[in-house]
Amino acid sequence: MNWYLIIEISRALMTARLKQTLVAAIGVTFSITMFVTLLGFMNGLNKMLDGLVLNRTPHIRFYNEIKPNPDQPIDITKEFSNSINVIRSVRPSTSRLSIHNSESIMNTLEADPRVKGLSPKISAQVFFNVGTIDITGVVNGIDVDKEAELFSFQDYITTGNYEELKQTNSIILGKGAADRMLADIGDVIQATSAQGNKIQLKVVGYYQSGLADYDNSNSFASIETVQKMLGEPASYITDIQVKLTDLDMAPALAKEYRDIFEIDADDIQTVNAQFETGTSIRTLISYAVGITLLVVSGFGIYNILNMMIYEKLDTIAILKAIGFNASDVKRIFISIALAIGIIGGAVGLILGYFACLGIERIPFETEALPTIKTFPVDFNPKYYLIGGIFSVVTTYFAGYFPARKASSVDPVDIIRGK
Amino acid sequence: MTQEKKSVLEARGIDKYFYNPVKTQVLKKVTFNINRGEFVSVVGKSGCGKSTLLYILSTMDTAFSGELWMDEEMISGKPANYLAKLRNEKIGFVFQFHYLLNEFSVLENIMIPGLKLGKFSREELEHRAMEKLKIFEMEEHALKKAYQLSGGQKQRVAIARALINDPLLIMGDEPTGNLDKKNSDIVFNKFKELAQEFGQTMLIVTHDPEFAEGTDRIIEMEDGRVISGQ
Repeated sequence: MNWYLIIEISRALMTARLKQTLVAAIGVTFSITMFVTLLGFMNGLNKMLDGLVLNRTPHIRFYNEIKPNPDQPIDITKEFSNSINVIRSVRPSTSRLSIHNSESIMNTLEADPRVKGLSPKISAQVFFNVGTIDITGVVNGIDVDKEAELFSFQDYITTGNYEELKQTNSIILGKGAADRMLADIGDVIQATSAQGNKIQLKVVGYYQSGLADYDNSNSFASIETVQKMLGEPASYITDIQVKLTDLDMAPALAKEYRDIFEIDADDIQTVNAQFETGTSIRTLISYAVGITLLVVSGFGIYNILNMMIYEKLDTIAILKAIGFNASDVKRIFISIALAIGIIGGAVGLILGYFACLGIERIPFETEALPTIKTFPVDFNPKYYLIGGIFSVVTTYFAGYFPARKASSVDPVDIIRGK
Repeated sequence: MTQEKKSVLEARGIDKYFYNPVKTQVLKKVTFNINRGEFVSVVGKSGCGKSTLLYILSTMDTAFSGELWMDEEMISGKPANYLAKLRNEKIGFVFQFHYLLNEFSVLENIMIPGLKLGKFSREELEHRAMEKLKIFEMEEHALKKAYQLSGGQKQRVAIARALINDPLLIMGDEPTGNLDKKNSDIVFNKFKELAQEFGQTMLIVTHDPEFAEGTDRIIEMEDGRVISGQ
């Protein structure tokens, strides 16, 4: 098949109707631009909003909860095993907050290939002594490097350097807490632990997560500092935070290890179910809008090709008379449609990319999101690929039906009709 | 009629009906033969079926009964793609309303059937197309667009296009019907020249008696029948 000739004829037909062809191509360009921009922007926002919570949230958190023992002695006693036992005023037993045998649990978890990494943590209730009053707060003892690696800790430090936290007796204050204490960088503040130990801490930075409540009460120090503050040994840990290679495995893994270690384990799905749902629905909506745009531009191409075929009936008749068969004619019109799709689509992808770059430059500053200065845009090549494929597919189908009609034109009817 | 000459086109008992609005028979047992090198004209009054016959002979209209032979091969009932190829290779067309492709230049118009056939390279075809244009003294118009030509010029280009693949047969549907006397004469003389100098086989439908007089043989039709000249 002489494709060169077919393409040449397609091109001649298109240039003869340049304005219409351009309108069709601009339709495709517009819809692809919108498709790519919309998806990029929407997913950028999605990622940012999810990241706000998901980045900082461990996939699984192991901890000991203070709660009444579910196995009360009377339930174990054989005598009463068949009776209904009612116990009033059950109190939590004197269980420990710290995780028993934490080191071997961590070793086991580290060895599991499904685990990407883990970071131990201590949560300690403290009073910050500011002049004559005490402000309650929580100091989180963290492994600084692991926290930075797994939970993007550094992204939330608005002032100061997180590395300085590795020195003992240094603290990064929540922005809200720091404002209330009027504590500047380099100041030394005093905190009292629940056990009554007093400790001097040097402020090395501010932490701002964007969740004001959290920033009002939470501060960070190294794990050693907190252990020292509490007067506990180096094995004292209250939380183990785990990041998995695959987030979807969290519920199963949490259940598995909950039974093995006999401690509490929360998985991210249970804790943050609403984020997943929100993300997938937003993505769905942006795809739906984008695809609608493309289908509408497909109808535009369909109309324009139909008109072109009516105008070019003479040309089709003469081509058939001089020996072009039905499939040649079909190929000519499908080539026109595809050319419109490919050129319009390619320009659309480029414009979409530029539009995304533009949106990325728009200032977007909000108190709640300290690390975000401009609108977030996702430049995932996936959207460009989908947009490109879709532009070709829709224009192919938009061209197919007019092309089929053109191929079935009977030259005798046209020539006789003159 | 010389029997030793090879037959180019033969119609055997061709019947054709129109069904819209009522069933009417437009061709009744049309039978004739054209040999290589003949310059034949088909004449008859309007509505006698001569154009209909031409479309059947041209293989574009396949809804008929009877047999059609071209180059000693039966071609009635062959698939559409085969017929399209046959038209490209063996038949050259000249229509009443010139039917050039307005999107292309004169030269490209002439080359397209050749490019479709793919027997010659693009350069060769360009050269051949220029030669055909020279026959019609149109070479200076080669790069003009088709719509920039006058009616007579267009028709000459159309004949040049019909010649590009060295067809077995040239068919014309009132090629001078739309032209004034002067252009009509030019076109007729070109046909005559083709017949005499190149021995081109031609079948021309016309109702111009003057044109018909100048051909080797006149097939006369009336009410769907060939009444003389078969």
